[in-house]
Amino acid sequence: MSANLSTPRIRAPRSARMGEVVEIRTLMEHPMETGLRHEGGRPLPRDMLTRMRVRMNGESVLEAELRNGTAANPFHVFFLRIEGASELEFTWTDEAGRVARATHRISLA
Amino acid sequence: MNLPRRAALSLALLPFAALASEDALTAAIRAEIGTATPQEGGITLRVPAVAENGGQVPVTVLVDSPQNAERHVTAIHLFATRNPTPGIASFKLGPALARAEIQTRIRMAENQMLVVVAQMNDGSVRRASAEIRVATGGCLT
Repeated sequence: MSANLSTPRIRAPRSARMGEVVEIRTLMEHPMETGLRHEGGRPLPRDMLTRMRVRMNGESVLEAELRNGTAANPFHVFFLRIEGASELEFTWTDEAGRVARATHRISLA
Repeated sequence: MNLPRRAALSLALLPFAALASEDALTAAIRAEIGTATPQEGGITLRVPAVAENGGQVPVTVLVDSPQNAERHVTAIHLFATRNPTPGIASFKLGPALARAEIQTRIRMAENQMLVVVAQMNDGSVRRASAEIRVATGGCLT
């Protein structure tokens, strides 16, 4: 298990018009090792992110529970309706309880 | 992950034949939707017909829903029929999501079905599935 979670990457617009629908893309570098794989005859220890949470102005907009079938380096795309200046907060949590966090601000155009 | 004891044993003994059984899939779906009976349809799945790399299979799930206060999707669950374990991911959708759409990348061990179950705010449940052929397995290698 790596010492620290990596820095999440967020791609989203910096500004949007009132009522506009914007695309949010997130990428989190992580092996998502299930504990089922072997290398050189030895099992690779389990190391999984289990949760992704996205909040907008403090309100939950998307919560994901990630299981074995989620690919390494979890990548997600979703669409938000912007109803004002928006502060987005993204968190990923692994099974050891470690948290990676990112924020992104969308202002009104 | 609560595998039945027999399934856990077979996983240990047969790592290359380790597959989610029909029972494990049914149990995983029941754990999310309880006793509700899913209706087929109302979900668009965009998946590759053939995934070259089973470790990174792009998937788009779009549930047909206005996403307004009266009618919206509350959760979307993804399952695999023939992975070592059936669970892929579960998403809870908040009201600011413009549409009930999630794009992600999943793992597929071999040729199988992606099963998607969507829960609506009125308690109804929809289900859709798509076949994915896998050139190189993405779970055990």
